[in-house]
Amino acid sequence: MSDFRDFRWTPENAREAERIIARYPKGREASAIMPLLWLAQNQMRDETGIAWLPLPVIEYVAAQIGMPKIRALEVATFYTMYNLKPIGRFHVQVCGTTPCWLRGSDEVFRACFDRGLKKGETTPDGLFTLSEVECLGACANAPVMQVNDDNYEDLSYETTLAVLDALAAGRTPKPGSQIGRTASCPEGGPTTLKELA
Amino acid sequence: MLADRDRIFTNLYGFQPWGITHAMQRGDWVDTRALMAMGQDAIIAAVKESGLRGRGGAGFPTGMKWSFMPKEPKPDRPSFLVVNADESEPGSCKDREIIRHEPHKLIEGALLAGYAMRARAAYIYIRGEYIREAEVLFAAVEEAYAKGFLGRNACGSGYEFDVFVHRGAGAYICGEETAMIESLEGKKGQPRLKPPFPAGAGLYGCPTTVNNVESIAVVPTILRRGADWFAGIGRPNNSGTKLFQISGHVNRPCVVEEAMSIPFRTLIEEHCGGIRGGWDNLLAVIPGGSSVPLVPAEQIIDCPMDFDALKELKSGLGTAAVIVMDKSTDIVKAIARLSYFYKHESCGQCTPCREGTGWMWRVMERLVTGDAEPHEIDLLLDVTTQVEGHTICALGDAAAWPIQGLIRHFRPEIERRIARRKGFVAMPEALPQAAE
Amino acid sequence: MPKVTVDGIEVEVPAGATVMQACEMAGKEIPRFCYHERLSIAGNCRMCLVEVSPGPPKPQASCALPAAEGQVITTTSEKVRKAREGVMEFLLINHPLDCPICDQGGECDLQDQAMAYGRGYSRFAENKRAVTEKYMGPLVKTVMTRCIHCTRCVRFAEEVAGVEEIGALFRGENMQITSYLEQAVTSEVSGNIIDLCPVGALTAKPTAFTARPWELTRTDTIDAMDAVGSNTVAHSRSGTVIRITPRVNDDVNEEWISDIARFGVDGLRERRLDRPWVRVDGRLREASWAAAFASIAARAEGVPGERVAALVGPMAALEEMVALRDLLTGLGASRIECRLDGSAVGEAPFADRSHWRFNTTLAGLEQADSILLVGSAIRHDAPLVMTRIRKAVRAGAELFVIGEERELGAPATFLGDDLSALAALPEAFLRAERPAALVESRNARAEVLAAVAALPLVREGWNGFNLLHTDASRVGALELGLVVPGGLSALAADPPELLFLLGVDEIDLAPFAGAFKVYLGSHGDRGAAAADVILPAAAWLEKPGTFVNMEGRVQRSLRAVFPPGDAREDWTILRALADRLGVRLPYDDLATLRRRIAHEWPQLGAEGLAPAPWVAPDVAGFGAPSGPTVRRSAGFYTATPILRASPTMAACVAEIVEGRKPQLLEAAA
Repeated sequence: MSDFRDFRWTPENAREAERIIARYPKGREASAIMPLLWLAQNQMRDETGIAWLPLPVIEYVAAQIGMPKIRALEVATFYTMYNLKPIGRFHVQVCGTTPCWLRGSDEVFRACFDRGLKKGETTPDGLFTLSEVECLGACANAPVMQVNDDNYEDLSYETTLAVLDALAAGRTPKPGSQIGRTASCPEGGPTTLKELA
Repeated sequence: MLADRDRIFTNLYGFQPWGITHAMQRGDWVDTRALMAMGQDAIIAAVKESGLRGRGGAGFPTGMKWSFMPKEPKPDRPSFLVVNADESEPGSCKDREIIRHEPHKLIEGALLAGYAMRARAAYIYIRGEYIREAEVLFAAVEEAYAKGFLGRNACGSGYEFDVFVHRGAGAYICGEETAMIESLEGKKGQPRLKPPFPAGAGLYGCPTTVNNVESIAVVPTILRRGADWFAGIGRPNNSGTKLFQISGHVNRPCVVEEAMSIPFRTLIEEHCGGIRGGWDNLLAVIPGGSSVPLVPAEQIIDCPMDFDALKELKSGLGTAAVIVMDKSTDIVKAIARLSYFYKHESCGQCTPCREGTGWMWRVMERLVTGDAEPHEIDLLLDVTTQVEGHTICALGDAAAWPIQGLIRHFRPEIERRIARRKGFVAMPEALPQAAE
Repeated sequence: MPKVTVDGIEVEVPAGATVMQACEMAGKEIPRFCYHERLSIAGNCRMCLVEVSPGPPKPQASCALPAAEGQVITTTSEKVRKAREGVMEFLLINHPLDCPICDQGGECDLQDQAMAYGRGYSRFAENKRAVTEKYMGPLVKTVMTRCIHCTRCVRFAEEVAGVEEIGALFRGENMQITSYLEQAVTSEVSGNIIDLCPVGALTAKPTAFTARPWELTRTDTIDAMDAVGSNTVAHSRSGTVIRITPRVNDDVNEEWISDIARFGVDGLRERRLDRPWVRVDGRLREASWAAAFASIAARAEGVPGERVAALVGPMAALEEMVALRDLLTGLGASRIECRLDGSAVGEAPFADRSHWRFNTTLAGLEQADSILLVGSAIRHDAPLVMTRIRKAVRAGAELFVIGEERELGAPATFLGDDLSALAALPEAFLRAERPAALVESRNARAEVLAAVAALPLVREGWNGFNLLHTDASRVGALELGLVVPGGLSALAADPPELLFLLGVDEIDLAPFAGAFKVYLGSHGDRGAAAADVILPAAAWLEKPGTFVNMEGRVQRSLRAVFPPGDAREDWTILRALADRLGVRLPYDDLATLRRRIAHEWPQLGAEGLAPAPWVAPDVAGFGAPSGPTVRRSAGFYTATPILRASPTMAACVAEIVEGRKPQLLEAAA
């Protein structure tokens, strides 16, 4: 699969693609472009270790739903989560928007920099790609970073290092709050509905 | 303060499993058929009477929105409900908790709302970054189908209703209702011109209503407990319970369900352990998510947190995403970072936003360091008014307002930075007059 | 019919009109960039903001807002002035302001509107954005830093051209207009995006840095590259036509022209026949007019009329066809044939004017609810008929095609490439209320015409029987009766001794090897190469000429420039040659010639479309057609001698047809 022109769905994903297309009315197959691009990007990750969308893959998806290639490329370039270039095995996406910044996202970045990560770049070993992203929607647990499919929340310089080191060592750090909170419950226990906790 | 018995989201933090068995124990899906048997118009009437205003930020009365939908959809133009789960407004993180911990409230609400507005199906548009949350939502929808709560004969009502989940992929603008519809149709998320409004021609050109997750998820409880109960909470015209999301410089940031109109001080004291460094250390608050202008400490402290009170402060409740900033905050940088956000999220379709967001952000960056001329403050203010009200959607306004709020309340701070940069730190009170 | 008030002026507007249209009806100018009356409404430039009450307190985009009863519209308030000034400033902050080196200068909406509505100075102190150029092919030059993202080109490509190859990638201030992977746009009408672009982002590549619009002399002309008869303007300077642009005519070409109509014009400067030539000892040698005429006279001496014949090529104007006909009549000859493509129309039982016309009319085709193409080369034969079909399809018409499967830029049902399909057409076509059949001229064999004429295409107020011609000369020639029974093959079976070729380059002249051939034309192409005498004539822009388009519409083209060297207007050559051959043609000037035409063929005497009521042909006795359709043999960019001489068209063949990137790009890659 050098230039990805021979990209084909796996049998399982081919069935999933059919299920996805069936969610939308007949004649509205274009609606499936976003979920199909997701499916393709995930299949790329499974097959090559890198979650991204080479052009032939985008064209393959567009052809399946009869969409002009330029329209599919418009979609792929509009949304930030479709990776049009190869990324590292771990996509470290640190939120830099104001609520996270107020709670110390600069410290999270500093930890990343101290482990050799650079914004917009992939580490030479292909392990990490660091991106500054916009609000991840977990502001009550700021600062936050998303690594591939999981969030790491309530981060500090130290806990960020710990997460990165664990990932580099092949371990999967426990996602969620790194200070032991349950979701967005106030630290130290709920102030409401205490009997249900 | 809201009593526990009046809280809708009893599993907000996920202390219990989200699955359908536990959800039913919490009261979800209990005799939904009976609620549907109220009749479609009665459901709309109840939601109107409850005073529920849209929880996505604009605060438009939800029941009235539903009543714009056609009473008798044509077979070739079915009606759709689109649930806006594209929670992307900086500061907002409430829908995430509903989706991952109370998904069945949302799904049941979608059925009831969809039924009331005669919709054929609901599409729940969830932001791409909510990956694990989407996994829960997909699974929860499966559970509902397996129980017969959705599908051909939803809850045994005889009504056919489907719920589909659609994932976004990283675009704040898709939270705008017509951009969301475009995105659902497989296009770039660029807002549409209005009119036509979605209720006339929305998804696939069919009548469509777009509602926020929270607006939909509270509907089953409103119907079960009665419109009066909901309307009785909060100040008139600002009724009900509300999920507040407190981030920034409080001791214990959290998401919490409270009564509308709760005073800011009570909210922070009761649930967040107070302001970091005490109340005297409070600088300013962005009370409704990044789009609304900030409010200085002295104005917000005793303000009821609701639509009307915050509007009087030239700000807004928005999504009730309360971003708290103490006196250690570089307030100019805090707002400049929001300007970057809007520049990053502008869809690029219309001129004032595409060009204006970049211009405003670049000037803001210079104001952070004071690398500017004093007249550029007014220039920036003028540019914000050239964006505001001139764009297709509200993103232009949202990009303009935080800057306007900053200049309104912190102009001296900006001027101080410019002066310092120019080396005029110790400027005398009055400059010596030149001799005639 | 809502009544609205615009700046105190009350106007009644048609239902469905927009606020912008209402303002225009009140005589108010509304600035705009993205809005274009022939494209869908985008509403993205925000230049057309006006105040409307009742409505929100903010100004509204007038292009997109429906006019409603009782609206009070204000276009002159301070708020509106400020809004326009603001939008103008935003458009300019990242615009390079490189007007001195921009080909759009002088016809730039941005320039004009900046003067009228802008501030006159910039308050923008940041760095300007720069955008890389995008390769779009050999016709459209891009300077994308100038782009203001109005998306007219994107909408045109999708909606009019039917090729979804242009899009806007990325978002926000990084949004960029491009063709897919910067490949050449494969549309036959792509040049129109140059006109549509309100700024200098898309300009004409072949004429880059050549001329300023105010230096050019504009002449109203008619395109002769196909049989649509597109209305054009030839822009010339110092005796050279620099460029061609469309003229609005809603009945014919709306405001589009094909790329060959627009860009083939540089072929006028190449391979020209600018002096007479005479074949001596098997080789063509330069000659004087007198010597050339003498050579013809010597060969014509004693040849009886029935041994004289003439063929008429695709670009001949009515005037020279009449002069040729008169000359042959004077020589006692009657055999003149215009149907070089095997069409049987013009001969009984298809000899009525209604049989060779595009009876729906071009504009009327949009009303069709079901359309059948007999032959599928329409994108090359008549790109602007295909744009009409696209409009009909968008309005709900179904499109059926008998012929080779091709991408038509519109959804179509292909019925196979066998003409027997005419006997088994879908019910959707046969039951349509306003069906239209378009028979390609090269496929208009008698049995095909009979089968199509037998279809239920004609009814009260509707005639869906359409001949799709490709030659600009054809309908005029048919009206003049330039038809030999049995057509070209009959002529070849009984070849003449003396054969006049009026711009004939497209057919195999081998059957006429024994004839003395006099070629009258403008370019050194196949016809000239086979000729015994070459008489250098004017190309279509170099003479006043009358063209009859496929509808039967009579249109006059004016002379933009003079023919080169010794070349002369065709009819004057024939007039002089006739004298030399002892035939007196009764006209010494164009006006007299045209009066003669009007006298004998009143329907050709005045511009416009004379009615041709349907005369049902007697189609009894024809067998059912079968077999594959006749394919178009000529390439789109190489169909005529002028196009074959054009360097621009050669680039189109290389870059669009063969897909080669231009050398510069190859070198850079």
